[in-house]
Order: sequence, then structure tokens, then C-alpha cells
Amino acid sequence: MAVTSQAGLDESVLVAQARDGDTDAFGALVRRYEGKIFRLAQHVTQNREDAEDVLQETFMKAYEHLEQFKGDSKFYTWIVRIAVNQALMKLRRRKTDKSVSLDETIDTGEDTVVREIAAWGEDPEQSFSREELGEILDGAIEGLEPLYRSVFVLRDIEDMSTEETAEALGLSVPAVKSRLLRARLQLREKLTRFFKRKGDDAFAYM
Amino acid sequence: MLTCKDFLSELSDYLDETIDAELRARLEKHITECPNCWVIADTTRRTIKIYKGMEAHPVPEDVQSRLMQALEKKMAAKGR
Repeated sequence: MAVTSQAGLDESVLVAQARDGDTDAFGALVRRYEGKIFRLAQHVTQNREDAEDVLQETFMKAYEHLEQFKGDSKFYTWIVRIAVNQALMKLRRRKTDKSVSLDETIDTGEDTVVREIAAWGEDPEQSFSREELGEILDGAIEGLEPLYRSVFVLRDIEDMSTEETAEALGLSVPAVKSRLLRARLQLREKLTRFFKRKGDDAFAYM
Repeated sequence: MLTCKDFLSELSDYLDETIDAELRARLEKHITECPNCWVIADTTRRTIKIYKGMEAHPVPEDVQSRLMQALEKKMAAKGR
């Protein structure tokens, strides 16, 4: 699959060409998004092997069902939806974890947890190596429930809008917002353990 | 009067700058008076910023070659 000539092309042009059977155009779409899909899959599944499967399954399914892609959303949002569904399926299979369902009603807002309040030092991430920082950040995400993890990854790592995230996850906008708040506060709390200013400690809150 | 709880419930929209000017002014007034909420807002903002700065690593070569092989097989099958 030669992709160089397609690299700068508009996404909708590539999608149209791919639908007409142009395999190079589809290859260009794969190259464009494989890194993001693989990262997303790793974050959601927290397992390298599963993430690789998710990556393959996502693009296989996208190719198979390309004619069903309506073009009323972005191609990227569409494949993210496929990827998240595949990733959650892996989690369910692996863990028999009932908390994995995205439709489940979860309690949010009222008891939003804030336990530790300590100011961070200036650029605290500078005191860690790249690898250490990566481990801290990944470890914090891993500690989130899959529901929160998926929303956070799409909104704050993949930089999708609230509406796009809602569409990709099949959730309502308010559900995305409440899960995002929860996820952000939980991550803030986890990172505070590493990044708080020395000598500064929690003080009473609320 | 805005409580800390009210502030927290608006925190995401405040940080994403998706609230109207009136509410924004009330939230900003609150954090000038409440050091705890100021810390939470500041550290949450920085949390988001750190994660947004993470770059996607390129897909490892072996993973990519397996992906491409699988796709080529699929494409060949469809093209028949």
C-alpha cells in the first residue's frame, strides 16, 4: 500500500476513494489513525495483546462495513466507536467485570471525591524521567474504572469534543460530562501524590 | 452564594471554558476567596494539560506489519 501520495489528502476524499475500492486510500486512512487507535486501545484494555487485537479488528471491521459509514460524522469518530466497543468487549471477556457496561447508571456528582488538596510544585513533572512520567500517567489511568477511562481518553487525550465522545460511546452529553468530571478529579488526586509541593500537605476541605 | 460543591460541579465546564460569562465571574470570585477550590482548579487544569501533551507513540513495527498483512488478506478476499 503506497501512501505517500495520499498523505495530505482530505479525509472525506480518502473515504470516498476507499469506498470505491481504492485500497491505497484505505491504507492511507489506516496510517493516519493507527497510532491513535492503538494508544486508545492500550488505555482502555490496559493490555498490550488485547490492544493489538483491537487495532486489527477495528480496521478490519471498518473496511468490511465501509459502505455503512454515512459521512454524517467524522470517519475518525466512527472508527473510535468501533475501537471502543471492541476494547470493552475484550475487558468483559477478560474480567467478567460487570462494571464494564457503558449503559449502566452510575452515581456521579453528589459524592465527587476530593480527599487530597495540596498545591503542586512548579513543573513537577520535570523531576521525573520521561519513562517514569509515562508510568505515572498510565498507572493513574489504569486505576480508573473503564467507564471513566474511556470518556477521559477520548475527551482529554484524543481531544474529541463532548458531542463526538457522546456519539462514539453511545452516551448522552450529560453522562459524558459527569463521567469526565469524575475521571479528571480522580486523576488529579492520583497525580497529586507525586506532584505535590514538598512540605505541603492536605488541609481540611468542606 | 456559591458553595464549594457548586464550584466542583461546574469545574469541568469552567476549565473547558464552555460556560457563560456570568457563571464564570461567580466561579472566579469563589476561587479568589476559597484556597482549597483554587488548588483543586489549578491542579485539575494541570492534570488535563499533562495528559493532553502526551504524544501517541508510533505503532511498533511488528504490530504494524501484522495489521497490514491482515488487511491485505481481507482486501484481496473482498476484491475477488
